[in-house]
Amino acid sequence: MAAVLKPAPMPAPDAPTPAPAAEPAPLLQLQGIHLRFGGIKALQDIGFDVRRGEVRAIIGPNGAGKSSLLNVINGVYQPQQGQIIFDGQPLPQMRPGRAARLGIARTFQNLALFSGMSVLDNIMAGRNLHMRRGLLAQMVRLGPALHEEVANRQVVERIIDFLEIQAWRKVPVGRLPYGLQKRVDLGRALAMQPKLLLLDEPMAGMNLEEKEDMSRFILESREEFGATIVLIEHDMGVVMDLSDRVVVLDYGKQIADDTPDAVRNDPEVIRAYLGTATQQE
Amino acid sequence: MALAQSAADTFPRLLVWQAQSRPHRVAWREKDLGIWQETTWAQGLDWVQRLAGGFAHLGLRRGDHIAVIGENRPRLYACMLAAQALGAIPAPLYQDAIAAELVYPLQLAEVGLVIAEDEEQVDKLLEVREQLPRLRHILFHDPRGLRKLKADGLLSLDEVERLGIAWWSQRPGQFDAEVNAGRADDVAALFFTSGTTGHPKGVVHTHASLIDRARAGAEFDRLGPDEEVLAYLPPAWIGQNIFSYAQHLVCGYTVNCPESQNTVGIDLREIGPTYYFAPPRVFEATLTEVRVRMDDAAHIKRWLFDACLAVAQRVQTARDTGQAPRLVDRLLHPLADGLMLAPLRNVLGFSRIRVAYTAGEAIGPELFRFYRAIGVNLKQLYGSTETAVFVCMQPDNGVRSDTVGVAAPGVELKVADSGEILLRSAGLLREYYRNPQATAEVLDEAGWYHTGDAGWLEGDGQLRIIDRAKDVSKLADGTLFAPKLIENKLKFFPAIKEAVAFGAGKDRVVAMINIDFPAVGSWAEKRGIPYTSYADLAGKPQVLDLVADCVAQVNADLAADPHTAAAQIHRFAVLHKELDPDDEELTRTRKVRRRFVSEKYATLIAALYDPAQTHCLLRVQVRFDDGRTGTVQGDLALREAQVYPRLAAAA
Repeated sequence: MAAVLKPAPMPAPDAPTPAPAAEPAPLLQLQGIHLRFGGIKALQDIGFDVRRGEVRAIIGPNGAGKSSLLNVINGVYQPQQGQIIFDGQPLPQMRPGRAARLGIARTFQNLALFSGMSVLDNIMAGRNLHMRRGLLAQMVRLGPALHEEVANRQVVERIIDFLEIQAWRKVPVGRLPYGLQKRVDLGRALAMQPKLLLLDEPMAGMNLEEKEDMSRFILESREEFGATIVLIEHDMGVVMDLSDRVVVLDYGKQIADDTPDAVRNDPEVIRAYLGTATQQE
Repeated sequence: MALAQSAADTFPRLLVWQAQSRPHRVAWREKDLGIWQETTWAQGLDWVQRLAGGFAHLGLRRGDHIAVIGENRPRLYACMLAAQALGAIPAPLYQDAIAAELVYPLQLAEVGLVIAEDEEQVDKLLEVREQLPRLRHILFHDPRGLRKLKADGLLSLDEVERLGIAWWSQRPGQFDAEVNAGRADDVAALFFTSGTTGHPKGVVHTHASLIDRARAGAEFDRLGPDEEVLAYLPPAWIGQNIFSYAQHLVCGYTVNCPESQNTVGIDLREIGPTYYFAPPRVFEATLTEVRVRMDDAAHIKRWLFDACLAVAQRVQTARDTGQAPRLVDRLLHPLADGLMLAPLRNVLGFSRIRVAYTAGEAIGPELFRFYRAIGVNLKQLYGSTETAVFVCMQPDNGVRSDTVGVAAPGVELKVADSGEILLRSAGLLREYYRNPQATAEVLDEAGWYHTGDAGWLEGDGQLRIIDRAKDVSKLADGTLFAPKLIENKLKFFPAIKEAVAFGAGKDRVVAMINIDFPAVGSWAEKRGIPYTSYADLAGKPQVLDLVADCVAQVNADLAADPHTAAAQIHRFAVLHKELDPDDEELTRTRKVRRRFVSEKYATLIAALYDPAQTHCLLRVQVRFDDGRTGTVQGDLALREAQVYPRLAAAA
């Protein structure tokens, strides 16, 4: 019998170190954001912060400016006024590409996947920013390029395992049911290993079981991948369960910013969005 | 430590023996992060040693019970070996049990240490922890979602392995001593049977009993170290334990653990197992999938599929009945194999299967014939948790759909006067754990185990199971009457969904039949027979003729067997409503509640036995989905069935 003990043949994948909790400086700060499209005031004087490792929800009725706000954060829209401070640095001119390089990833309300490509390739596409080798080297898959691809594949496999989509690895995304496509979309965003993850209505159009699964994935991706999460969601139950703090928008104005419980009982919020108190539960 | 093969009479010593005789061969394969990760026998032994050290550190002693809850994972199997190495007794529990169901087995076995696969299992245990004062340690395999959770005694298996290394480094030679201290007649494992009533019973098996049966099965089918097995059924079920634990250690073959429950089909194709087990429902689901895909295929492909399958079925049927296939079929068969059967086997992951078994319930003859025909050596076996699986097995040259095989090596079979099957073997349970009353009910002084199944031995020594012994009774003339045998034959027809046969103490058998609404409905549409509702369709004369044909075929089949020739169906009625669990006519698992049904339908049964009546006005109560009750009424035609003389050739 072997006397020397070797290391475990199959160690569990090592945990990534989660972002240190309760750090004084918030990850993201928005100050006095104004966004206008011609005469339409889409956002007026929005200001809040997102702490590291928290799940921050943005809610509001249709047309309140939620998606616009998300687009401001990841640089699709340039606000006319106001300041965005990300990871301690003020960002005067944000562009989507720059946002991605800084570590901001997002998913989309209407999905943004390559429907003819497999689940694996779609999530691999999310690793694009982490591929440093040239096109030619990647095509011939030699030396460092091969090395890089293996390393990236490993990250992607961990995400596939995390999202429990192993059975569909090689299936074209277009053939998957909607709920699974949403999961792949989240996987693509996670593949960037973002500091900040923006989720635009991750539960839209899902049934109860799919919503429960997705809630679990969102909460666990914070622990598993150390991401800070900002999400827009219509399902009040989901928002109240998932988020640490909630920002409420109404006609482009910020009418509340507090914990779910406080927001739930805020008369202004109830008037603007939730309707009557009995309706929200 | 050097070990002779003959000394490998416990599972830990079998592991040592395998690690010594084939150290670099693969013991376990597990798909993780998309790659099949391999563990050799030598690595496996190290792994078990580390885990055992950790368990010893946590205070596990000889005779203690541990519980293992999870899917098929090499590390969980290694944990069971590690516990056995220390003389402790693993009890695998069903991973899909709800929290409350875990309480009883854990209390009964006074489990102090539980191995849980992941967060889901840990959550369940924490939920019921207050009811388990003896539970000290919860060890988990997959740390996802558990890294920040703090609870008393909650520890990762990674940490346990680290503790194990330190433990043995201070105690050189101790591990070998522990392994050597185990005896073959020590208790090896505790399996819980899912009792239909009351609490589950813990079946106690020794190393000797499990190894005896594992060896018997391996010798019967000449299994060797080159087999590949996919472990995909619950590890708490003794069948899975035999195929991927006991026989794994006895033969030294490779056990493959799928990536997840969803990927079993994909993993099956990648591994291509040589030795395979599945209950009939799995084979049925696979066949349905094939049929659905064929329905969508182009016309030419469908034609090719049907033609090749027809040739293959003719060849296989001839071979299975010991005849030579027709010359033209013999010439066409290789062509059919190349064009259709081999690719189909490949798609299903059955390319390399040498031995495949099914058991647990009756398998439809059509289903059985399909798999035999496409070239899968599908056979049946008979056994239970109490008998460590192998009681009867079909030899390669004696495969039939209606029997479960000949007595496996080392099994003595006997049929009691009541029709109940009794057996003796070295693989019987020692007892039900802490339940001497239940033990006495199944094990008599002479060592016979009472299976609770009724059946008989056929002329060629094959056992035929017909029903549960308690449901078997006699007709007035003393003929054995097994309702389920008749009902199963009826239910194998697609047109018939449910059937109930009556005849206990009477001079002949009558039956009530439920048609299968979708199947008969589409049959009626194709023939242009208009109908409005279930009751309307069930009363159509054409439908009654269709059912009468099925009954006549069943009777012809029954007449061909001297045991059943006297129990043919003489009259039947087609019910105007479906038997339903909501009306308490069926159990939730869709088994007929005989006594209840015979009381509820007493009028109909009396009419079936009264030759003067040709119709029966029947009014029965039904419960609607919203809980209200109402009655449905129907005037049922009572039909005479065609009865065949004894020993007539089967159709």
